[in-house]
Amino acid sequence: MPMNGEPIVRVQNLHKWFGLLHVLRGISLEVRPQEVVVIIGRSGSGKSTFLRCINLLEEPTSGRVEVDGVVVEAADGGLKPECRSRVRDLRLKTGMVFQEFNVFPHKTVLENVIEAPIIVKGVPKEQAVEKGRELLRKVGLLDKQDVHPIRLSGGQKQRVAIARALAMEPKVMLFDEPTSALDPELIGEVLAVMKDLAREGTTMIIVTHEMGFAHEVADRVIYMEGGVIVEEGPPDQIFTCPRDPRTCQFLARIIESGRLV
Amino acid sequence: MEVACSQPSSQLDPDLAVGLALVRKARRTRLIETLKVGTVWIALLILLTLGLLQLRFDPQYVFKHAGFVLQGAWTTIWVSVVSILIASVLALFGALGRLSRNPIAQGISSFYISVIRGTPLLIQIYLIYHGLPQLGQQLKALGYPELARLLTLDAFQAGVLALSLNYGAYMTEIFRAGLQAVGHGQYEAAAALGMTRWQTLRHVILPQAIRIIIPDVGNQFIAMQKDSALVSVMGVWEITFRANRLARKDAKFVEMLLVAAALYWILTVVSSWLQSRLEKRMAHAYER
Repeated sequence: MPMNGEPIVRVQNLHKWFGLLHVLRGISLEVRPQEVVVIIGRSGSGKSTFLRCINLLEEPTSGRVEVDGVVVEAADGGLKPECRSRVRDLRLKTGMVFQEFNVFPHKTVLENVIEAPIIVKGVPKEQAVEKGRELLRKVGLLDKQDVHPIRLSGGQKQRVAIARALAMEPKVMLFDEPTSALDPELIGEVLAVMKDLAREGTTMIIVTHEMGFAHEVADRVIYMEGGVIVEEGPPDQIFTCPRDPRTCQFLARIIESGRLV
Repeated sequence: MEVACSQPSSQLDPDLAVGLALVRKARRTRLIETLKVGTVWIALLILLTLGLLQLRFDPQYVFKHAGFVLQGAWTTIWVSVVSILIASVLALFGALGRLSRNPIAQGISSFYISVIRGTPLLIQIYLIYHGLPQLGQQLKALGYPELARLLTLDAFQAGVLALSLNYGAYMTEIFRAGLQAVGHGQYEAAAALGMTRWQTLRHVILPQAIRIIIPDVGNQFIAMQKDSALVSVMGVWEITFRANRLARKDAKFVEMLLVAAALYWILTVVSSWLQSRLEKRMAHAYER
């Protein structure tokens, strides 16, 4: 994968407390354009929280997040006041795909995709529709454009959600366990779309339990535990000869459960 | 009934005939039960009428003057419709205030709800109709005649204002629950797409919340039609006022008040029917 230039995502010393729980304990990460970073780790390791801090769905307790030049800093338990107005700018730089899809049930598939470009970015409707159709074709759902999500399978809903996020033309795509809520037979279709995106050079940060997918698609794999990055490196290194015993242990358990192919 | 009719004939289940027979039988049983209950209703009504006639109930008077009371039905409906609309707007803002993190919005909203729910509707009506003009007089004396005029409402305006304020407070809880029933994921998805709070509310949350809220607002509307009888104390010419007027004049209390009661009853039955139809339509709103 060609990766060039300066990092587009810079996270520095991120901390997050939930009440008395210190969930993120100083995380730093840089992601370059077109890079695919996959974060793995057991549940409760803080990987989802970390991802949600990057687009400020979770407010960090302290630390700094920068995406494509938009900087948001937190200190003393919350965002710095001067950074509040930049939260939306930062969200416009990122697209997010959720575990639970969160498609809009009251809108058709096409409306789901064109809604935000029209009302947030002021894109003219015809233009948004054209772009929306193109994206739906890309995720293989053009024939469903006039259907409401209630008629879709989980895999189809997730592909709508991906198209919806892409429609805002984000600089970075964030995936928060995009296949964890899916029936096993529907996981493949979502992963296929994500592989296409990776091939096209989309910058992505992915939290997932799909180790085979991670191995295949990631430029870099990060193993998180206890709110810190324990180990990171190219997938071959992480999956075949991890250096940290905690990574070994985690992967051993995954292999036992038969999920690493 | 749609179940049977909408089956595409191309993929008929061989057991379909059995299923259809079962459905038909169940439907017939249900119909017979409804007819039995209906018969009891009719019997009760006949008994009641016979009893009243024994006690010198005057049906002639009822036939002659029912029209006069009936004319008040339009006023009752009009007062209720206007009030429920204003109350819904108040309830929406009340709910947004309650859910807001802004202490001023929260304070205003909770104060409003607490005061209104803690006092009788009748007192609120008197305060608005008689109390406000009194304050207006003082303001006039202090040199603010425009404000004074603003505070002096006619009976209709005062009635609508009282009902709107009162129901708005009660309906705040309905709206709050409706807004909260929309999943947290919807708020997050909208935020992640860069929508402002207002855009999220307007385009994502409200359209979904309305579906949850509508049936409860319907119930409130039905209740309000009956509570609107209270505005008769100010002399709004609605059902109760008209019935009462004749009842006092000719000492025909049973006759006229029963006419009024019957009209409210009919209004309620019709409204409930409309509401159930609306609910059924909304249940299919997302299916296309």
